[in-house]
Amino acid sequence: MNFWQKWSSTIKRIALWKVGFGLGVLFLVIGFFGEQFTDIYRKAVMICLECIGIG
Amino acid sequence: MSRFRPTKIRLYFQILYTIITNGYIYGYLNGKIYKGSLKYACAPGLNCYSCPGALASCPLGALQAALNKKDFEIPFAVLGFFFVFGSVFGRFVCGWLCPFGLLQDLLHKIPVFRKKKQLPCHSALKYGKYVVLVGLVFIGSSFLFGGFVKVPAFCKYLCPSGTWMGAIPLLSTNEQLCSQIGGLFYWKLGVLLVLLILSLKIYRPFCQYLCPLGAIYGWFNRFSLVQIHWEKEECTSCMACQKACPVNLPPEKISVSTECIKCGQCIEACPSECLHFSNHKVR
Repeated sequence: MNFWQKWSSTIKRIALWKVGFGLGVLFLVIGFFGEQFTDIYRKAVMICLECIGIG
Repeated sequence: MSRFRPTKIRLYFQILYTIITNGYIYGYLNGKIYKGSLKYACAPGLNCYSCPGALASCPLGALQAALNKKDFEIPFAVLGFFFVFGSVFGRFVCGWLCPFGLLQDLLHKIPVFRKKKQLPCHSALKYGKYVVLVGLVFIGSSFLFGGFVKVPAFCKYLCPSGTWMGAIPLLSTNEQLCSQIGGLFYWKLGVLLVLLILSLKIYRPFCQYLCPLGAIYGWFNRFSLVQIHWEKEECTSCMACQKACPVNLPPEKISVSTECIKCGQCIEACPSECLHFSNHKVR
């Protein structure tokens, strides 16, 4: 079995959703330390005039 | 043992989820929005955060707000929500957890027109959601619009959920906001009405052709945890699943296609029970 066949069979065995989920958690942690949740909150607690079509 | 019937429970699940995530009753009564700590988090579906009852943030609104910032930074927090929801659910979010999807489902059940699954030129039109994602969400929100300020272009010019869940309840109870109605509101109301009327005939036109959130979750569909597994060896190729599928997918494309919303109608239709909610072989 050559290198590429070995590589692709390894990739297929990994449950990709776990990789995506792990990346998601990592991004959430980075966002938390970058205070990005505060930005989300700040936007979400004001009435978004654009969203309701008068902004 | 009785057969698992996903479509029976899906409607109740959608209604219950919509009520729970939009349960701030005080907001509906007083024309105000919820300002508690749950809004630090994004809900998985298209749920306008200006809805008086909304308890969580809209992921697309949050993404655009991050792109609107003066100094660009990668919106890790919002991407984190997309990756977590996407890798676990994929477009199951669209089928089971989206309030605007529920509205379209309910309208499609009204027996007024002869029902059709898709619009003519579906194979080209289905890419519309990617155009909206790139054009309005990313480019439209990242660059100066009108030469002055950055705007959340998708929310401002297209999002029907904002009109349905945010504008209509807010404007009907808040006189101050009501006095500011102008052309933009009527444009958005027009978009909403066209989509609602189309929903009476076509299955979920917004989800199939325009929703950028569906476009994002579609990329995760192939490898998300929640899957509909097709047992090829048991299949008799009767195509009952494709006939039942609201987006007309053949069995080999169910669940892995970016169009599949994992509604489970195929599972219910299959006479040989070779489709299951599972990410591995069952029998």
